[in-house]
Amino acid sequence: TVMAAPVTNDQSWFFALALGVSFLKCLLINAYHSTDFEVHRNWLALTHSLPAAQWYYEATSEWTLDYPPLFAWFEYGLSHIARFFDKEMLVVQNLNYASPATILFQRLSVIVADVVFFYAVKECCKCLREDKGKDLLGKPSFILTVLLLWNFGLLIVDHIHFQYNGFLFGVLLLSIARHFQNRHFEGALLFSILLNLKHIYLYIAPAYGIYLLRCFCFTQSNADGSLQWRSFSVVRLVTLGTIVLSTFSVSFGPFIALGQLPQVLSRLFPFKRGLCHAYWAPNIWALYNIADKAFSILGVKFKLLDINKLPKASMTGGLVQEFQHSVLPSVSPLATLICTVLSILPALFRIWHRPNGARGFLRCLVICALGSFMFGWHVHEKAILMAILPLSLLAVESREDARIFLILSITGHYSLFPLLFTTQVAHQNISHVAIYNLHIGNVILHLFFRKGGALLNPLEATYLLGLIPLELICEFVYPLTVWQKTFPFLPLMLTSVYCALGVTYAFIRLYISLLTCSDSTKKIKTQ
Amino acid sequence: MENWSLISLCVLLGLTARWAVSFHSYSGAGKPPMFGDYEAQRHWQEVTYNLPVHEWYFNTTNNDLNYWGLDYPPLTAYHSLVCAYVAKLLNPEWVELYASRGYESHSHKLFMRATVLFTDILIYIPAVLLYCFYFCDGSSKQKVATAFCILLYPGLILIDYGHFQYNSVSLGLALWGILGLGLGWDLFGSLAFTLALNYKQMELYHSLPFFCYLLGKCIKQGLTWRGFFHLFKISMTVLVTFALCWMPFLSDPKQPLQVLHRLFPVGRGLFEDKVANTWCSLNVLIKIKTLLSRETQLFLSFALTLLFVLPSSLKLLSKPTLWQFKLALVNTSLAFFLFSFQVHEKSILLVALPVCLVFNEIPLIATWFLLTSTFSMLPLLLKDGLLLPYVVTSLAFLFLSLYLLSALERSTEEELRLGLYRKLTQRWLPKLNLSRIIKWKFWFSLAAMAALSFTSVWLKPPAKLPDLFPVLVSVLSFLHFLGFIIYFNQVQLMEPQRKKSQKKTN
Repeated sequence: TVMAAPVTNDQSWFFALALGVSFLKCLLINAYHSTDFEVHRNWLALTHSLPAAQWYYEATSEWTLDYPPLFAWFEYGLSHIARFFDKEMLVVQNLNYASPATILFQRLSVIVADVVFFYAVKECCKCLREDKGKDLLGKPSFILTVLLLWNFGLLIVDHIHFQYNGFLFGVLLLSIARHFQNRHFEGALLFSILLNLKHIYLYIAPAYGIYLLRCFCFTQSNADGSLQWRSFSVVRLVTLGTIVLSTFSVSFGPFIALGQLPQVLSRLFPFKRGLCHAYWAPNIWALYNIADKAFSILGVKFKLLDINKLPKASMTGGLVQEFQHSVLPSVSPLATLICTVLSILPALFRIWHRPNGARGFLRCLVICALGSFMFGWHVHEKAILMAILPLSLLAVESREDARIFLILSITGHYSLFPLLFTTQVAHQNISHVAIYNLHIGNVILHLFFRKGGALLNPLEATYLLGLIPLELICEFVYPLTVWQKTFPFLPLMLTSVYCALGVTYAFIRLYISLLTCSDSTKKIKTQ
Repeated sequence: MENWSLISLCVLLGLTARWAVSFHSYSGAGKPPMFGDYEAQRHWQEVTYNLPVHEWYFNTTNNDLNYWGLDYPPLTAYHSLVCAYVAKLLNPEWVELYASRGYESHSHKLFMRATVLFTDILIYIPAVLLYCFYFCDGSSKQKVATAFCILLYPGLILIDYGHFQYNSVSLGLALWGILGLGLGWDLFGSLAFTLALNYKQMELYHSLPFFCYLLGKCIKQGLTWRGFFHLFKISMTVLVTFALCWMPFLSDPKQPLQVLHRLFPVGRGLFEDKVANTWCSLNVLIKIKTLLSRETQLFLSFALTLLFVLPSSLKLLSKPTLWQFKLALVNTSLAFFLFSFQVHEKSILLVALPVCLVFNEIPLIATWFLLTSTFSMLPLLLKDGLLLPYVVTSLAFLFLSLYLLSALERSTEEELRLGLYRKLTQRWLPKLNLSRIIKWKFWFSLAAMAALSFTSVWLKPPAKLPDLFPVLVSVLSFLHFLGFIIYFNQVQLMEPQRKKSQKKTN
């Protein structure tokens, strides 16, 4: 196809980058890990020692299985290797079990599972428009590899905090690459597998649905890019449907047969949690909360509100799960859902009318991910990776996208810091590792776009540089002040609000770029 | 711009590796009553902060020299004092007299690690970068690659950020000295080196080449007043620096003598623990440590060291070029390591520094040596619980030097500088492919080291020989080092004048 330009033969640098990051991951084996480590150990244990029928009922540990069945089977497969490391980790009753062998096994399983990610990145590199520069730093595929393989967020979330996101994003990126390569059936299959591994990817399913329907089921477009209704291919739609349905039936079928579907779903979608996580993810609701606080403080000051009538949490909170708004209306899950849908609808309409090929689809996918991050219910700050990683693909191809990427990745990654700055000081070492790493991607990207001046305009640059004093204040100055005792949550709040501004800005810019972008694929095809 | 970005990338990665090693265990973690080098450094902070200068090196009621008494030169003591002031500011418990003994906590570990990182960033890393940019041939990318490999040398990272010491200070200062001499700033060079010497007495291993290089340079300027004046200026710099460093101890003649006594504890014997030098290895066959008297041991080690140091020093004296200087540094420090009295396994780092400096010229041998030197410290690293970082950093270093510096490709006979070996084999085996043999030996030796590392971790030694594996490690490394000293002497003594002038960058 047009997209898959030949890549130069010498690919040793890819191997070097992959090996290098693997070495770094190995060094992090003994680093601190979060409760997610215990979560996954528990899943290993329960899938190993219980029949599948009890997987979604087991509740010895508070960390019940809340991923879809395919992931449970993945853990089941892992548990058979885990036996050779330490059998004790496979006992459900051994809560918080973390022997050295267990740690080694679990960490290595993440590192090895990342091979899927490596392969996916390699496939993505093939989809780029390679320019002929001989210089390694001038190669988009090299830059993309650094941005993805050495991604700071993945390193934190997977190899320090502990999760299997690298593997899951590998499946996602592979599916995207397959669409770029016009191998749509494979792409659809991979995505439906992904959905059955972790259901958070449902957020980007609309982009997939619209794109496949528009660009694959309708085989032709009119000359101006609009829809040609007659070219609808029923065969393709049926095949796609079969693929998706069969994946779901393999995954959920047994549980439906056992009549456990409601139980499984209640585990997968727990709506009991609050609007925001303990630490606010940098999204619209962080801004909404802060506005509410500001209004209530102003209201009290100007005697418009009675301090005794205000909900208590609003004046002390930030760290409480249930956050009650005092001035602005409280937000219900349904409202967030509506907001999310509204935020992605224009993007979906756009790719329906002017599909703009696989790149348009990718842009829409990023917007879906970011939209759900911005407006979703109980969003975790880790979810920003779902937007950052696919956006890397676009960033290496155009300056405008690189600019958005830079803002989004820096603010998004920065907002992950509180994951590391836990109460125990020991872990600060790790966060510093992370800080060093954060800059690697930025330097690389700047190197790549060194021709043609600065990527950011002065305002954006100032905003990003502002993160440095913010970090210094939150980490070093604030703990020494008297407010530390009374308002311990203030630095976190400040961080999340500051980052929310950047993420919102990036979201808006991304939207503008989608709605105004010229038909770039057409230009390439005519070349 | 591009250079700067590349440099910052390489420094960032170097720092990442360092910091990633640093949250592993340190020497003596949670092992009362004596703990380890980490506690020694902390204790020095405590002593220097709380006691007056004249008590630092003396056994007094407040200063028990048997509990990690200060046995490094004054600069180390001053450095401890500065750290102690910061520590006092952060948490007074860390340096409280007596009460702080054996103090361990997460935040204290973070503080201690940060002091190492700080000095590293301040002294060692800039020196390495400057060295590579001024004295390495090749494109700027190759310079960065060399700097990157040097920065990722596992031995130094593991000892400084794992085991816990401040080698990057003394080695960094010595490197600044080498830089000064290379750039022709002899006074600056001798100043920096004197500081290094006053930070860690082990820097004496490097002193002879410095002396010979400077003397040779003065002689070259002619034995007229110009040469003498230069010599005078250099010796004045050295003397004044020494005097300044030792100022607080000069009031009373007993003071400097006691310091010297602390610095050179002859009473501690020919060697301690298991070290990969001649005496320890020979001790496996003949119990020299018990057979010979202390005086004979002293004499023997002195004579042998002198014997091995002399040829390279004389050569350097007659031809004071940077290339000769670097090789002389390797040869002299290696000779000291192998034959001198009271050698520690960590002293191999002093040899590793000059070997790092010939990385770009002889990549294969340098990689081989540096890996061997890391391996030779294996028993120590295992004791400190640093197995994982040891394995990972060594593998990463091996891979990087082979990949970035293409060590295996740049190893023709000429590039390996095998002149003498060629002459020896020419008569009987003219068709021998020496470079291929070296490569095979390289892989074979790496396999042996890997196998021995593996067995020392996984197998239990027989009850009769509890020290079997450490001894095997040190003997194997000793054999390597013996080979390396012959090789490097051969390179230094046989090498015809290189065509490229080292000074072209000036």
